[in-house]
Amino acid sequence: MTTESSPVALVVEDEPQIRRFVRMALEGEGWVVHQSENLKRGLIDAGTRTPDLIILDLGLPDGDGMRLIREVRGWSPVPIIVLSARIDEGDKIAALDAGADDYLTKPFGIGELLARVRAALRRQHKGIAQASSSVSFGKVEVDLQKRQVHRDGQPVHLTPTEYKLLSVLLANMGRVVTAPQLLREVWGPSNTDNGHYVRIYMGHLRQKLEEDPAQPRHLLTETAVGYRLQP
Amino acid sequence: MPNRTESEPAPFAREGGSVLACIGHGAGGARVVAASSRLAMLAGAPWHAVLVETPRTRRMQEPVRLAALEQLRQAASQGAVTSVLEGDDPAAVIAAYARRHACATAVLARGRAAPLPWARPVARRLARLAPDIDIVEVARAQGRPPATREAGAALDQPAPPRRYLAALAASLATALVALPLLPLLDVANAAMLFLLCVVLVAIRLGRGPAVAATLAGFCALVLAVPRRAYDVSEFKYAVTFGVMLAVGWITARLTAGLREQAEAAIAREARTRSLYEFARALSVALQLEQVFEITRRFVERSFDARSVILLPGVDGRLAAPSAPVLNVLDMAAAQWAFEHAEPAGAGTATLPSNAFIYLPLLAPMRTRGVLAVRAARQGTLLVPEQRALLDAFAALAAIALERVHYVDVAQEALVSIEGERLRNSLLSALSHDLRTPLTGLVGLSESLTLSRPPLESSQMELACLLRDEARRMSTLVANLLDMARIQSGGVKLKLEWQSVEEAVGAALRACRWQLGGRTVTTRLAPGLPLVRFDAALIERVLCNLLENAAKYTPLDAAIEIGARLDEGLLLLSVCDDGPGLPVGREDALFEKFVRGQQESPIAGVGLGLAICRAIVDAHGGRMRAFNRAAGGACFELGLPLGDAPALPVPDAEEDQRVHQP
Repeated sequence: MTTESSPVALVVEDEPQIRRFVRMALEGEGWVVHQSENLKRGLIDAGTRTPDLIILDLGLPDGDGMRLIREVRGWSPVPIIVLSARIDEGDKIAALDAGADDYLTKPFGIGELLARVRAALRRQHKGIAQASSSVSFGKVEVDLQKRQVHRDGQPVHLTPTEYKLLSVLLANMGRVVTAPQLLREVWGPSNTDNGHYVRIYMGHLRQKLEEDPAQPRHLLTETAVGYRLQP
Repeated sequence: MPNRTESEPAPFAREGGSVLACIGHGAGGARVVAASSRLAMLAGAPWHAVLVETPRTRRMQEPVRLAALEQLRQAASQGAVTSVLEGDDPAAVIAAYARRHACATAVLARGRAAPLPWARPVARRLARLAPDIDIVEVARAQGRPPATREAGAALDQPAPPRRYLAALAASLATALVALPLLPLLDVANAAMLFLLCVVLVAIRLGRGPAVAATLAGFCALVLAVPRRAYDVSEFKYAVTFGVMLAVGWITARLTAGLREQAEAAIAREARTRSLYEFARALSVALQLEQVFEITRRFVERSFDARSVILLPGVDGRLAAPSAPVLNVLDMAAAQWAFEHAEPAGAGTATLPSNAFIYLPLLAPMRTRGVLAVRAARQGTLLVPEQRALLDAFAALAAIALERVHYVDVAQEALVSIEGERLRNSLLSALSHDLRTPLTGLVGLSESLTLSRPPLESSQMELACLLRDEARRMSTLVANLLDMARIQSGGVKLKLEWQSVEEAVGAALRACRWQLGGRTVTTRLAPGLPLVRFDAALIERVLCNLLENAAKYTPLDAAIEIGARLDEGLLLLSVCDDGPGLPVGREDALFEKFVRGQQESPIAGVGLGLAICRAIVDAHGGRMRAFNRAAGGACFELGLPLGDAPALPVPDAEEDQRVHQP
């Protein structure tokens, strides 16, 4: 951690056992954790505790977690990670579109949780620093200024569309990007129904950048939600 | 010449106005309809067909009136807007209608030579009343005597002799009063008394008796007068008698005409009221039985007839009524009426000797059934007004039946929506309630494995087992919930064009921890097209198959995922090099709660493969299991291929450029 004082996390979750192990996992990483057991409390704490991270259960007893996302996004870019059950892919997309940074499907492991938290924080710091002109993941290096891509030191040719797709994923490194968002940003707002474009071009990117395109390590699919570029 | 008129109609059809066919009660109706239809077609204009009912036409014989109504029906079937108009003067009624409906051309049959010098043909009067309308006259049918006149003459309602006797008695009574007073009165004044008598008779007894009374009074007066000396006033008397005869005759006709109109109006009002009451009674009916009962009751009341509604079964055959009320019902005629959507039976062109009339119940969407009616007196339903009323009843009943049908459909839809809502909320509640403690279990057991300082190795082993079992449990719960959703029919496939490679990759990542250290190789045929499936469900199928393979093979087993095209199918297979499947029971594995070996030390309830098959079936695909020749089990699923959607054009070009180095 770059800051002197410990970072603050807010866990909004009605189930005490889940709150408990999430708190233990975060405290193990040096976080100060505040807990809210319902939406009302969560809204107050989000305002008063000025957290550096919010972990939010979408199904709270006194209301929809979506409300908290919208309210917090009104005044703060704090990373929000959403917890949700598997069958609600639509809810996940809606939460991500409303401004949540990432999601975890219940049941989830501590490893996954911490990976998401790190990715969310790294991205936020990156946003402040606006750092280097080149990004790398695995054996792939991307020069953002020259728009050149190398894999194992060898230049890889990407078509303009492929590069545009990759750059959107790079800008959201480690974070899930929904398929509608990719379509909007790469193909424009009139193409949001053509989900197959993304699938075809993700296939091209995997062919060019992954060792085994059928078992990707970086260009990952979040089934029925979107894609994630895993560093 | 009829041919000229019909073969060159174009000059008469004006742009921008519709054509009006005036069907008369005489011959030539068919020609009027044919000519109007052609005119309208040539001008590309809509056309109307009207039939004017006057007191005179109402006295005509039924066949004549039915023929005219049939012409109207013909016109309607050829696309005309039809209507029956009422009035004294056909020309005035037609002119008013033409003005109201912006008709530019009127077509009528040429009138016959006027019976009286001052009675001008309808066409002439129409021309004067509506000078802006083109009038096309077509010839009457050749060789047919003018039917109206005969009919009109023969068809005055035959008044019973009693009425004539009453009329004569009235005249006699008048004579008894008036003649003794002759010395005191003038002959003209006595004639006035006779005229009064004629008017009263005309009002009470009708036209014929009134004429009889006129003649009787005339004779009485003529006979009474000669007793007195004939002198220079003889001529005066002749005038008085002549005027009295003429006035009596005209009065009789006028008064009787008025009376007939009043009666017609009353009858019309009664028909309208019964129609209105019928419609109102039907409007609250919500069940078939109510429609049946209301129809039966109103037909009985309005026509003194027995009726029954016949409805078709699922095979389109009309079902005979259960009650034996109508034992002479001809089901073949009823079926004919139903299939041809035309009336059959008594008074129609089809099977007219039948005791019943069978009316198809034509609703906007389809023919709903047949209304069979049998009047107590055979002739009741032959009267055009009554037939028209019965047709209106049939139309109302048909609409009521259709409404009841859609009420049922709406209720079924409501019930099914309600059921689905209940099922979904139950499943999501179950899902939440089962997953929440499992999430806690998985997380807490994992926390245990990560606790600091690290656990002793035996404790660590227990913690890891706890974590793995919790995860297995959550897979099981996911399978159970999926099975429940699929079995209850509550699954809506989210079909999208998916990449096979992506689905395989996602499945491998989703169940990597179940696979342990086993190596998985993928063998995907190059250039696989996009396939339409629900990505989340197919991922579940692949996960279940991988998990299955991992469960029944040793830790160092090799698992292979293959994908290829074969005869319009995408074949996805998951194979291992383990012990293989029990021979002969490959297909039974897909049953629920069936496992390869009943007493197996390996945990599981045998739900995974059943879900796989249910999901693949829902996609219209197929699934099978077999042993590989080289040893090991193989599960294969086939998904139907479709026409994959195209890429945007610039991208496709750009791709071409890139892939050809």
